[in-house]
Amino acid sequence: MSVQPFQTMPVSRRPAGPIIDVSPEASSLEIENLTLAYAGKPALRELTLRIPRQRVTAFIGPSGCGKSTLLRALNRLHDLNEAVSWRGSIRLEGQDIHAPEVAVDELRRRVGMVFQAPNPFPMSIYENVAFGLRLRGGLSRRRLDDIVEWALNAAALWDEVKDRLRASAWSLSGGQQQRLVIARTLAVRPEVLLLDEPASALDPISTLKIEELIRSLKSQLTLVLVTHNMQQAARVSDYTAFLHEGELVEYGPTDDVFTNPRLARTENYITGRMA
Amino acid sequence: MDITSDTHSQHISRQFNQELEELKTQLMTMGGLVEQQIQEAVKALIDGDSRLAEKVRDNDRAVNEMQLTIDDECTRVLARRQPAASDLRLVLAVIRATADLERIGDEASKIARNALSLIENGTQVRGLVEVRHISEHVRKMLRDALTAFARFDTELALQVVHEDESVDDEYGSAMRSLMTFMMEDSRAIGPVLSVMWILRALERVGDHADNLAEYVIYLVKGLDIRHMDPDELDENTLSRKG
Repeated sequence: MSVQPFQTMPVSRRPAGPIIDVSPEASSLEIENLTLAYAGKPALRELTLRIPRQRVTAFIGPSGCGKSTLLRALNRLHDLNEAVSWRGSIRLEGQDIHAPEVAVDELRRRVGMVFQAPNPFPMSIYENVAFGLRLRGGLSRRRLDDIVEWALNAAALWDEVKDRLRASAWSLSGGQQQRLVIARTLAVRPEVLLLDEPASALDPISTLKIEELIRSLKSQLTLVLVTHNMQQAARVSDYTAFLHEGELVEYGPTDDVFTNPRLARTENYITGRMA
Repeated sequence: MDITSDTHSQHISRQFNQELEELKTQLMTMGGLVEQQIQEAVKALIDGDSRLAEKVRDNDRAVNEMQLTIDDECTRVLARRQPAASDLRLVLAVIRATADLERIGDEASKIARNALSLIENGTQVRGLVEVRHISEHVRKMLRDALTAFARFDTELALQVVHEDESVDDEYGSAMRSLMTFMMEDSRAIGPVLSVMWILRALERVGDHADNLAEYVIYLVKGLDIRHMDPDELDENTLSRKG
């Protein structure tokens, strides 16, 4: 029995799959009729979904389904790509992220992003975390220390690095580097954290640490996770959106999607069947 | 979404298809065995055939072993494949169904043991008409539940769920007439009690068949109808809720 109320929202051209009814008040991000193309080739088609605040939402789907494209659109990473054309709207806490008064660097502070391969800067562990804070300036040394410690703690890395904060970030293992990158993002106090396959290059133990971290961060911020690992989506997310060929096929509570999906396309994908 | 009986054979991994197929096949084999156990236990009683009753009693071990084998296979699939959606529901339904089939096996051996004591006693047994009638009824329920499982047929499964109510009624009225026999002749109390135990076992078989039918609905619709009022269940409510 599904407990969550479902509401099917009509999309202009074709009927979309069931879409969970997240109220505008409970959503951090609202995506409406988003269509995006690379050099005229459509990558996202009329996507409409709301991403709930302080929850983990997973985007799943086969390669090329548009999940990473969607994630990147959420903090305007397509801005500099001239081949990209788009229409529709994305609102963060009710505000259009493409509005002229929105500064893109401030948007990216509020909506942080972590990529598949850990990308620490070639500097010390401490400086990596302090980097964004220094850019903004105006913080005393002591305050900086406090925030660096807080961010490393929040990223579950503090205990492992507290005695070697001056060591190069490159001396850390892959899993530690990824948590360092998350600490660097957290240090500037984002509201949303976008994670693009954050654990796909990590060993199982490091993967579990990242997943544990995702769970613990949910009390503070909204998380959006792109993953190819279905079990990972099932383990950590509260809501799952299945995308296929640029369309939102199904979006619902993760428990429902993984035990009783509404549509055959979703079922076929998550159970490894031929479409 | 509703699934069909060939849903589980469309995986990219053919090995996985085979594993799930094998689970279904083994469940059907076990179902066939327990159905035969019930049929033979009742036949032994009616024909006064002690050898057949002993065979049923001894065969229970085979039923138990099948449960262990199927459970093992389910554990392996869960550990290795981490099934989701309808695959997960299939494995869960099979695990639950084997538990009920095993219990039906226990009821068959209970009937056989009571039949043996009645045969050894050599007294005239009363209430056989009721036993025959209820046993035919619950065997049909069991067969239908297994067929529904094999064909993913929720309509047939629903019929089984509704049948269980009439078995309960028949059981109630059979018990009342057996009570009358006991009141009429106190020497009959022992044998009539044995027949009552047999009827009780048959009524339990109906309950287990009802459970099997409920698992079919869970498997196909993803809807758990255990503890729901059967009167509120029909195909329409299922499609609204599923």
